[in-house]
Amino acid sequence: MIHRRTLLAATAASLAAPTIVRAQAVTKLSFYYPIAVGGPIPAIIDGYCAEFKAQTGIEVTPVYAGNYGETLTKAVTAIKGGSGPQFAVLLAAEMHSLQDMDILTPLDSLGLDAAALKTWTDGFYPAFLANSRAEGKLWSVPFQRSTAVMYYNKDAFAEVGLDPAKFPRTWAELEAAAAKLTKKDASGRVTRWGVKMAADVGNAQWTFGALANQAGHILMNEAGTETYFNHPKAIEALTYWRGLAATHHASPDGIANWAQLSPDFLEGNAAIVQHTTGNLTNVKANAKFNFGVAGLPGKDGPRTVVGGGNIYFFKHASAAERAAALKFTQFLAAPERAADWSIKTGYIATQPAAYETKALKDYVAGFPPADVARGFLPVAVGELSTFENQRVYAALTNNIQASLNLTKSPAQAMADTQVEADRILKPFKKG
Amino acid sequence: MRKETLQAWALILPALLLLVAFTHWPAVATLVDSFYTTPKGSRPPRFVGLENFTDLWTDPVFWRAMHNNAIYAIATIPISIVLALAMALAVNTAIPGRALVRMAYFTPTMLPMIAVANIWLFFFTPDYGLFDQILAPFGGGRHNWLGDTATALPAMIAVAVWKEAGFFMLFFLAALQAMPPDLKEAANLEGSSRWNFFRRVTLPLLMPTTLFVLVNAVINAFRLVDHVVVMTRGGPDNATTLLLYYIYEAGFRFWDTALASTLTVVLLILLGLLAWLQFGVLGKRIHYR
Repeated sequence: MIHRRTLLAATAASLAAPTIVRAQAVTKLSFYYPIAVGGPIPAIIDGYCAEFKAQTGIEVTPVYAGNYGETLTKAVTAIKGGSGPQFAVLLAAEMHSLQDMDILTPLDSLGLDAAALKTWTDGFYPAFLANSRAEGKLWSVPFQRSTAVMYYNKDAFAEVGLDPAKFPRTWAELEAAAAKLTKKDASGRVTRWGVKMAADVGNAQWTFGALANQAGHILMNEAGTETYFNHPKAIEALTYWRGLAATHHASPDGIANWAQLSPDFLEGNAAIVQHTTGNLTNVKANAKFNFGVAGLPGKDGPRTVVGGGNIYFFKHASAAERAAALKFTQFLAAPERAADWSIKTGYIATQPAAYETKALKDYVAGFPPADVARGFLPVAVGELSTFENQRVYAALTNNIQASLNLTKSPAQAMADTQVEADRILKPFKKG
Repeated sequence: MRKETLQAWALILPALLLLVAFTHWPAVATLVDSFYTTPKGSRPPRFVGLENFTDLWTDPVFWRAMHNNAIYAIATIPISIVLALAMALAVNTAIPGRALVRMAYFTPTMLPMIAVANIWLFFFTPDYGLFDQILAPFGGGRHNWLGDTATALPAMIAVAVWKEAGFFMLFFLAALQAMPPDLKEAANLEGSSRWNFFRRVTLPLLMPTTLFVLVNAVINAFRLVDHVVVMTRGGPDNATTLLLYYIYEAGFRFWDTALASTLTVVLLILLGLLAWLQFGVLGKRIHYR
């Protein structure tokens, strides 16, 4: 028999106990995550949650919530409605906007002491923490991280007399190769396009971020309060993009859809597509031809942009829930699991330590394309990230689409984007 | 008398509560919100009077959305109604496999819009999508239906018409079945032509149904945007941004509650005007039995 007094004493004791001890009492967490690539991602995530439950008794309910944009919408709506997940994978570039909504909690509020936090976060690749810093604190943990890479059809390269082992390294080389790879049938109808890059809503800004870096240009300041679209180098980047279709006829007119790029590539409809490393395992499983993975070219040499999602922790979670969420995040980030995640999806493991595990070493040795993207991390920049991020994205995307549809010149499109971005960011400029 | 009044109130209370909670209260709250700025983290909302509306007046995306929505309405409403009537007349006669044809016409209505949009995504895929494959043997080139500013909105209209026409057909079919057969017999005795009978008898008798269908079509022209979310997300360059989609974008992508409320108020006023026009003007000219 449990007496009331014993029960009260027990309750009091558990309330007085340190956060970490109480964290074990938390048995249920909800975790939103997006999917931006093909492949059996939900099964992998479910597997991790089951394993975590077996180890700790904490039940993490993973909620697949659509693509990055949809997951952001669902998570923020749920939190504003008073409930919602304790933590979620959202676009790394959303940090400024999420902070502005005042729903995030920084990593130093999760129950780790400063030294332990530093040791842990120092283990990640610095490029993947580029979109995590603000106000001298870290606000997110890298998870499904990638860079943009080129997937190319080696058989098609060989067919038109290009060296399948050497992917173009400059814009001029890519233009020439893509023009060569474009194939027409007797009636003049294109049966294979040289290159395709996504320009639909939600993806155009990522493609463009890479192109701007390729021209040697960064689109925003680190504080996320200023943008530099109306710059000769940004205009040059857009001119190059548009020229692939308009001048070289090596890419279809109008805009290409992100979701369509993988099928296009796998169907042989596009010889080169710019996509995320996270798509590697999907392509590997479904390509019926020899394919290669290469870093993006640049105006003078390879340059790329990082992308993908980080794990964010939300303010409304209790201290115990935060501690439990942290535990799950550390479980995911552990080198063996990061290696497993990288092998199963193609995303880049977020820490060098993962590449020291036997599993990933063996995998990379047997399948070298899996290690291509990591080699381009030194020439990668952070993703376009500002306050009112989605608005700036919308302004940029609309103007890119107008330019690709030939209704605006690149210079006009960039000038219009800048005016719009200045208007959006006006309240955030200090001094 | 008092007891009866109480009883009456008690009876309508459940419906009243639901209506107030889910229709009237949100509408009033939206109107109030449209006079305030968007609250942000540490900044509470601030009263700005009609400033949100004057801002809207200079917002090019708003005018683009209004323009797109006008085209969308002007195209979907008549096309879907005429098509529905034609289909209803076709399956009202004795043709072989009538049940099957009726079912085929009605299938699009039963499918959820999201599923429909995904099917049509394949139809519209450039190069190897259904339409491009069909057009290829006839010398049709590549069509980037959804990626081209010129064809994206017509593509959205086609999907909406395909989805709606079967539903409206059902109402016309029910009305046709309810029509007394002696009218047809009398017309035959008089030697009236089929076209004359349709124009002088069938069509006038279908007018109450047509008004009902019209009201629904008008509402749908502003309400049916699910396929935009799935297929184009308003792109390219706002070519398919409809008013309701813009409200969604302002509210749930930009978290700009002020803009979203202001747009909603505009939409409410617009729908109110249209309803007044339909019932007030057209309603008087229709003969109900």
